Amino acid sequence: MDSVFGVEYDGGVIIASDQNNARSILTYQTNLDKVAELSSHSAMGVSGPNADLVNFSQYISKNLALYELSNNGLKLSPHAQANFTRGELATALRKGPYQVNIMLGGYDTIKNQASLYWLDHLAAMAKVNYGAQGYASSFCLSIMDRDWKEGLNQEQAVAIVEKCIKELQVRFLIAQPNFIIKAIDKDGVNTLSFGADPADN
Amino acid sequence: MSILEYNGAAIIAMTGKNCVGIACDTRLGAQAQTVSCDFRKVFQFNKSFVGLAGLATDVQTMNNLLTFRKNLYELREEREMTPRVLSNLLSNLLYEKRFGPYFIEPVVAGLDENNEPFLSGMDLIGAPVYTDDFVVSGTATGNMYGMCETLYKKDMEVEELFETLSQALLASVDRDALSGWGATVHIVTKDGVISRELKARMD
Repeated sequence: MDSVFGVEYDGGVIIASDQNNARSILTYQTNLDKVAELSSHSAMGVSGPNADLVNFSQYISKNLALYELSNNGLKLSPHAQANFTRGELATALRKGPYQVNIMLGGYDTIKNQASLYWLDHLAAMAKVNYGAQGYASSFCLSIMDRDWKEGLNQEQAVAIVEKCIKELQVRFLIAQPNFIIKAIDKDGVNTLSFGADPADN
Repeated sequence: MSILEYNGAAIIAMTGKNCVGIACDTRLGAQAQTVSCDFRKVFQFNKSFVGLAGLATDVQTMNNLLTFRKNLYELREEREMTPRVLSNLLSNLLYEKRFGPYFIEPVVAGLDENNEPFLSGMDLIGAPVYTDDFVVSGTATGNMYGMCETLYKKDMEVEELFETLSQALLASVDRDALSGWGATVHIVTKDGVISRELKARMD
């Protein structure tokens, strides 16, 4: 039921997700942060059962941190991080799959380029300019198809994301009052806005 | 819906006069929804090309596996893998997973050590078929067989092979909901590879 989407712009990428944590008829919380920060310049929006969401995103982020510690501070590019993530999902697929669908965004500080990757729970990966996971895709992809173009700035990208959020709040059956929006650019991962502060527990 | 039809694909490979061609669509879908329009399913290994149709995750996994094995082969053997060897390797890799297979139906096309065209196709458990005209794979095989049988001629030159391959693929995917959204064609000759993107219907 999670809504996760991402939009790439010139110089960065936005990842947004709803903040609902619910099961069956009960809402546990409405301030969950589903956009996990993987490294200094990358983050992934994760949709799926809370257990896999937390477990998988922590597994990936801590393995990326281990790589940096083990290799004298050498960072993995977003392309490498995405392929590593895909590899882990693919290995687990025929053993005990992670039921997570992901939008992974990162900024390559060496090539000075942003990138966004769509990964599904079967470990298929595609590099995209914009994308969405879950039911959000049915509502938001056409908005992004219409409004996205090359060379957007951050404001314009956020405007597209906000348009998508409004659409979901009007037309999506499940009420998702709060969304968290993060931007990844040359300065790192930055939370632009949230509906409810994830830190308030 | 069959697991082999979840993501959608269409691949054709054909022989010509001292050349081979291989073409694929570039759609990545999740059943009815299209996710990406530049998901290529054909991968180069020196003078051979492998086209992988089927479940996208296994397409990517098998590409990684084949690249790994090809590199290992070249390190040990100090020579390039011929298409026949590559096809046999692929067949073995698939049969190893006989009771839990990779959901892909590959196609191998290339020029062998004497620059003779080579083609092979196989099913998801590695049963190979070797032909001298064309092989097809994907979600539009019915369409592709019809197009190839009609348009194919022996000993086509490079430009004619390109035209035939392109028209056969485009006409086939336009009648299939799960494939299309762009196409890529590669022609392999002894002098090198010519690759072109086709202008296809994006629906």
